[in-house]
Amino acid sequence: MARRAYFALVAIARGLEQWSLVISMIVLWELGVRFSWIDGNLFPPPSKIFQALIDLAKLGLLWKDVVASVWRVVIGFLIATVCAISLATLLARWRRLARYVMPIVEIIRPISVIAWIPIAILWFGLGDKPAWFIIFLGSFFPIFTNTYLGIRSVEPIHVQAAQCFGAGRLLFLRKVLLPSALPYILAGMRVGLGVGWMCVIAAELIAATSGLGYMIQTARVLIETEKVLAGMITIGVIGLGMNHLMLLLERKLTPWSHHAV
Amino acid sequence: MGDIVVRNVSKTFEGGALHSKVVAVDNVSCEIAQGEFLCIIGPSGCGKTTLLHMLAGFTGPSSGDVVSDGKVVTQPGPERIVMFQEYGLFPWMTVAENIEFGLQAKGLPREERRRLVAHYVNLVGLTGFENRYPRHISGGMKQRVSIARALAPDPQAILMDEPFAALDSLTRDVMQEEILSIWGATKKTFVLITHNIDEAIFLGDRVLVMTHRPGRIKELLKIDLPRPRDASIRSSDRQFLQYREHLANSLRKEVRSFVDEESNTGHRG
Repeated sequence: MARRAYFALVAIARGLEQWSLVISMIVLWELGVRFSWIDGNLFPPPSKIFQALIDLAKLGLLWKDVVASVWRVVIGFLIATVCAISLATLLARWRRLARYVMPIVEIIRPISVIAWIPIAILWFGLGDKPAWFIIFLGSFFPIFTNTYLGIRSVEPIHVQAAQCFGAGRLLFLRKVLLPSALPYILAGMRVGLGVGWMCVIAAELIAATSGLGYMIQTARVLIETEKVLAGMITIGVIGLGMNHLMLLLERKLTPWSHHAV
Repeated sequence: MGDIVVRNVSKTFEGGALHSKVVAVDNVSCEIAQGEFLCIIGPSGCGKTTLLHMLAGFTGPSSGDVVSDGKVVTQPGPERIVMFQEYGLFPWMTVAENIEFGLQAKGLPREERRRLVAHYVNLVGLTGFENRYPRHISGGMKQRVSIARALAPDPQAILMDEPFAALDSLTRDVMQEEILSIWGATKKTFVLITHNIDEAIFLGDRVLVMTHRPGRIKELLKIDLPRPRDASIRSSDRQFLQYREHLANSLRKEVRSFVDEESNTGHRG
């Protein structure tokens, strides 16, 4: 028991140490505003931002916006995942088709998602649909590129082994090709989810009437700077959580790769 | 029944520098009887692996053909399972799943697969390790998984490409003995590539010696040692030592030509 308490204490101390720079910056910021070294209107002090967060949470507004944004990302990201994995697998195995399709992919890829927002509004109006579309575009390419690389990187010896056991197409895909590429695919999905999360905010700034992006845009118009920052911090924290969730998923789904014990 | 017949097989690779042609295998003919243990030995780059890949059906001969069980081999299939160098296990599958793969490919029902996996896990002495991933077991154990995986779909022949190359010499000796007892128990055709003379004599009914580039059959030596063979014959049996002497002489010339070529061209590997 004592041992356990000791380790818990050590863990807490480690955590504090890791975050010590962040904590001291927050303290400095707070003091800076109190002593008027910093303009509190442009840089509202952490205490005020925290108060804004609490107020928003109390009114249930924050929760509503978080759910709206996260839900949009989940949908756009899932559609992107399914499409990117299927297309990348198809093209990686069917090189002749890839010859024709790859130029299209490579032309669309460098177009910033921001540049898609106007056309997304024209096509889909305001609301969820343009956001899904924008998130889809943002998530698609990292997943596509990684999956393509993963499928291309399958060891020839594993392909030969499958052939010599007489494995059919479906078994080969399910048990050899996809698991072999899975570490790549999951890494792509993690990046894709991160990009998707950035995209939803961008889309909501312009093309939506709910969500965290819409919230900070509204707060900007009302010059509620602390709300803008509160929203941004929420975005950061949720992004961090998503990344951790994906890392957890990677560990769970690829127990054979080097992360596993 | 079940014989593998190699008829005037040649394999030429094109391309490379100056569009040169490399003759990897040149006019090889031999018959491998059902249940025989054939060892193929030769210097590096003599076309042993190419020959094995043609037996498996991974690549077709440039001329001649390979006939297995009366049918010309045109593609790989579960009658001739290859055991790869470095085992070729699927790292994302557990020991049991690796062994089960060939059974799934055969379309066997789940119950049957379970039973066979348990049987072969037991045969190669891996009970208790079924749920480990390959990266968490030793080289010798990976080798056993590889053997069990090859045996499970009940092929006619098992083709082994330097199966012991990655093992330390002690493990290697033990694995040779185990391979031999498995071969004795299953009566399948085993074809094994090696560049270890002792290994070839200890295991084989016959030893096929290949020349260095182009790969031709230099000789086909029948090993008349009684079976079952005891581990001790490797160091004490007079006949064994004579075979070793003979093969060492036979190979020395081939290796010499290989080394000369390497030092001339500066080519390594």
